Amino acid sequence: MIKIGVLGLQGAVREHIKSVEASGAEGLIIKKKEQLDEIDGLILPGGESTTMRRLIDKYDFFDALKNFGKQGKPIFGTCAGLILLATDIIGQEHSHLQLMDMKVERNAFGRQKESFETALNIQGVAEDFEAVFIRAPYVIEVGSDVEVLATFKDSIVAAKQGHYLCCAFHPELTEDHRLTAYFVKMVENAKKELAS
Amino acid sequence: MSNLGTDRVKRGMAEMQKGGVIMDVVNAEQAKIAEEAGAVAVMALERVPSDIRAAGGVARMADPSIIEDVMNAVSIPVMAKARIGHIVEARVLEAMGVDYLDESEVLTPADEVYHLNKRDYTVPFVCGCRDLGEAARRIGEGASMLRTKGEPGTGNIVEAVRHMREVQAQVRTLIGMSEDEIMTFAKNLGAPYEVLLEIKKLGRLPVVNFAAGGIATPADAALMMQLGADGVFVGSGIFKSDNPAKFAKAVVEATTHYQDYELIARVSKGIGTAMKGIEISTIAPEQRMQDRGW
Repeated sequence: MIKIGVLGLQGAVREHIKSVEASGAEGLIIKKKEQLDEIDGLILPGGESTTMRRLIDKYDFFDALKNFGKQGKPIFGTCAGLILLATDIIGQEHSHLQLMDMKVERNAFGRQKESFETALNIQGVAEDFEAVFIRAPYVIEVGSDVEVLATFKDSIVAAKQGHYLCCAFHPELTEDHRLTAYFVKMVENAKKELAS
Repeated sequence: MSNLGTDRVKRGMAEMQKGGVIMDVVNAEQAKIAEEAGAVAVMALERVPSDIRAAGGVARMADPSIIEDVMNAVSIPVMAKARIGHIVEARVLEAMGVDYLDESEVLTPADEVYHLNKRDYTVPFVCGCRDLGEAARRIGEGASMLRTKGEPGTGNIVEAVRHMREVQAQVRTLIGMSEDEIMTFAKNLGAPYEVLLEIKKLGRLPVVNFAAGGIATPADAALMMQLGADGVFVGSGIFKSDNPAKFAKAVVEATTHYQDYELIARVSKGIGTAMKGIEISTIAPEQRMQDRGW
């Protein structure tokens, strides 16, 4: 069975595990970098990106996460996870893992009182995906290798680049597992390819 | 089409804070120290609970200029406290764009009978509880997050432990009940029946439950996580310690890795003295903050 890890330093970890299991894969909470060797794909969950980055550095996860991606293993970043994947962050000199060629803005829709939910058309996934946005970021621009999967009011809120997937909202907070299932499929394909 | 302030949006915000530490701060400088240490949010206050306790008198919503300074200083979410039942303080904080409101017993209650109807607000609320009855009443009023009360400003973990154990034990009892027993349980707890049914169905509280009130050391924070807290609030514990920056980092690490005792030993070394605590029995009954609210 496909094994998918959820980076468990902080944030909505349990919900992602539930969603992974509902999509027919095995879920594993990743607290130590050695555990990355056991999994086929990784989810960077929602949470506070500033906090997560500090914990990533603290536990020496940074290079291990980058290597995980460079090996061709799929990574799915949701909300804070999307910020961690981006090459550029508006208003910040330094970005984080720099695995997806895109420029993002943090808290782009405003503060908590501007947080919202909506039905979203995600290319290849669903026309009416229940998307919950919480102090969410969005993607301002993407490189030529990045495929835009969804927009909300002209802002990019889901994208894919090779074996990397990201979204600005929280698929783990609803019972709608279609996007997680889409990622599980990506992981299955990557595993086959890496094995051949 | 999009909807603001739905239950999922409000409760979901608290889900993102799980496994984290929320720290009380009284100015922009402290807020930056908290953010740097890895806090998931800060609570902007005029005075930390131990100073409120020492000062006496009426404790109210903080000066909006303090809250504004803190909001401008950090990119993590900013919470603020309104008095129990103070509709206008809550509306003012909401209008200012505070990310989460705490209807808090640390402040002097404005209403001795009614808590706020938190469903009316777009901004989510966190509320204190000592047992499942109180937790369920607050959820019934629309709280999107809970925290066990403990005894704020004491640096004494005993009440926080009591309340967390009580809530967890009652949730377990409820989950083990057959459905025909729940109405009587609701009556005895003074809890809304529907909320109890929801908890029974989910097998857990429908909202995130942090621990608060008395956490003074990294080991205290890890203890509360081990007892089932989703995260911790540290009030006076950080900025009343000898070395707040070091202390804050140590508390964050102990919270993340609450079962890694070697790590907790390591981060607890050389961080200076924790805040001086207060023995609960020396607090006059009318000074006990946990008894505010019902």
